Amino acid sequence: MTDLLITNARLLDPATGLDAQGSLLIRDGKIASLTGAPAEGLPTLDAGGACLAPGLVDMRASLGEPGAEHRETIASAARAAAAGGITTLCALPDTSPALDDPALVQFMARQGEATGSLTILPYGAATRGLQGKEISEYGLLREAGAVAFTDAGHAIANARTMRLALGYARAFGSFIVQHPEEPSLASGGVATEGELASRLGLPGIPLAAESMMVARDIALARLSGGHVHFSRVSTGAALDLIRAAKAEGLSVTCDTAPPYFDLNETAITGYRSYAKLSPPLRPEAERLAVVAALKDGTIDAVVSDHQPRDADDKRLPFLQAEAGGAGLATLLSVTLARFHGGDLPLLEALALLTCKPAKLLGIEAGALKVGAAADLMLFDLRRGWQVKDGQLPGKAQNTPFDGRALEGRVTATFKAGRRVFGA
Amino acid sequence: MSFSYPILPEGHLLAIEGLEPPHIQALLDLAESYALLNRQGKTQRDLLRGRTLINLFFEDSTRTRTSFELAGKRLGADVINMSVSQSSVNKGETLLDTASTLNAMNTDILVVRHAQSGAPALLAQKVSAAVINAGDGTHEHPTQALLDALTIRRHKGDLHGLIVAICGDITHSRVARSNIHLLSAMGAEVRLIAPPTLLPTDVDRLGVTVFHDMRKGLAGADVVMMLRLQKERMSGGLVPSAREFFRFYGLDQEKLSFAKPDAIVMHPGPMNRGIEIDSAVADDPSRSVIGEQVEMGVAMRMAVLDVLARDLRRNA
Repeated sequence: MTDLLITNARLLDPATGLDAQGSLLIRDGKIASLTGAPAEGLPTLDAGGACLAPGLVDMRASLGEPGAEHRETIASAARAAAAGGITTLCALPDTSPALDDPALVQFMARQGEATGSLTILPYGAATRGLQGKEISEYGLLREAGAVAFTDAGHAIANARTMRLALGYARAFGSFIVQHPEEPSLASGGVATEGELASRLGLPGIPLAAESMMVARDIALARLSGGHVHFSRVSTGAALDLIRAAKAEGLSVTCDTAPPYFDLNETAITGYRSYAKLSPPLRPEAERLAVVAALKDGTIDAVVSDHQPRDADDKRLPFLQAEAGGAGLATLLSVTLARFHGGDLPLLEALALLTCKPAKLLGIEAGALKVGAAADLMLFDLRRGWQVKDGQLPGKAQNTPFDGRALEGRVTATFKAGRRVFGA
Repeated sequence: MSFSYPILPEGHLLAIEGLEPPHIQALLDLAESYALLNRQGKTQRDLLRGRTLINLFFEDSTRTRTSFELAGKRLGADVINMSVSQSSVNKGETLLDTASTLNAMNTDILVVRHAQSGAPALLAQKVSAAVINAGDGTHEHPTQALLDALTIRRHKGDLHGLIVAICGDITHSRVARSNIHLLSAMGAEVRLIAPPTLLPTDVDRLGVTVFHDMRKGLAGADVVMMLRLQKERMSGGLVPSAREFFRFYGLDQEKLSFAKPDAIVMHPGPMNRGIEIDSAVADDPSRSVIGEQVEMGVAMRMAVLDVLARDLRRNA
């Protein structure tokens, strides 16, 4: 079985606030001790002072499989996740076929086990075929292992359907993940409406498309008593609404993704389709609002929003290019930029990637807890590197961060005590 | 005319935005000399001799394509017209596949019109030819703005301080965007006249003044530039009807009377008579310079081809 003593590490556990030099003992794939009792004859790894933290819990990624294996496969995504320190990942249901059937959800979860390095928690489709019309079988899907329900990048546009989804999910202790964008207002848009889009001659999506949908769904959460989770929130107005809803005591949570606190809309200048995302990148004032919401706790989690695309999807005129960026390998490092930039304490930055999403999902993960599976990540807080497309782990190379210099990098990842990344 | 520096430093003409006033000035000066030569019936067939110019049009256009063809031929280039069928336009691969085909043909100058904003810029990254944007989506149409400026200059002298009113569907107009950039750079006062549904968001940040009342917008204008209203804008609900648009935003003699008495009227063509412009104005020889715009189009494009050919020689 998997036994290992990791010594000379900076133990970081955002769940308990632990930040101390020490050792961590793994026995039978589980965390056995955080006090580092010397154990004779055990394999030992000297961390050399590097940070040892829980493996990351990524609440949102598309894996390409089944249906888009030319972009990414579960195996290639698992490699990228391991290189990014991610040991648990929630897979979006917008596969082909969509994950609206218990058998498909079970298949996805089992595919994760087969990788040996990644726990895959599939989302069930919130509506059948992601069509936004009839809600799917939440009870059966939950039993099959669905972590929650979403129509992925499609907003549930019909208010009645959303009300039913929120209410019905409650019966199974689950929630709905919403794409916060009013489709009738966003239709056809490829950039945030404003000066830049006007200059580039690109159809815009007004910022209000996000806050309108968030306002509506908060009202529906109030009405139904259900839990709505907004994913990739990227505007100040929407964050203000979420902040107020939380203060009111409603079951409203949200996440954002690194592009929305690290980049702004100027990244699309020159029609750079690799920076074409959904939601689109925003003006700087919105980026600053996202950073503020990370600081004050309005945002519950940071997700990779990994959207694998191949060169043929991207090397097109901007309007025709596919939206979406690869995010697994850069999730930790770009989030750490907010620590290095002085916006977030280290443990808080890590909490957004570990214990906070785990708590939201109601899963045992994202903490250095004795008795828990030894899903761990070792990282060098100071190591500098540069993001380069073509050199990312995994198949998808469509990073919006191409050329970005970053500080902090995963050096080893452990799944149930077994090393799955790093020399 | 000789220049000590490259007029189009990137070796392409993709947009007006980013061009410096001295470069614009130089292009206009050169075009002026070609306008004169054209009127004298003289040609310069040695300038582009042995060069291949391809008109690559993904969108139909008679006027612009013919203008480039004539300009290229007057300078001695071998001109080839390629129209890419509408059905394959939507397949993005076509664009880059076309690029590699053109590279293999050793094209020197590529004139591109495409329905997608940024398509010529994407092509310019992939082809070895000098690329001229002949209109991309709702982005820019740089040679149109240059020929408009040349036409204005011939009537009004210096562009600096002139009041130019651009009226109509600004949102979907690449002509408007290029003109806004060019005229602002050259010191003209640019006014936009349109209902809010036809104005791009935050367009006032481009240094223009926005009017929704046409008479107020035209007050004291030296130049009135009308834009074509595409018929599909009405089916898209951006304006309720042609008659309502003509009533409030169509240029007729009465509204034109608010402009300066010697104001000139321009239109990039083709016109929708009775929708954005009244025939009585369009055909009034004392006001309309629409025909002259076409004439200046050829001279302007000769100047652009000349400048790009200089760079080709420089790099050869």
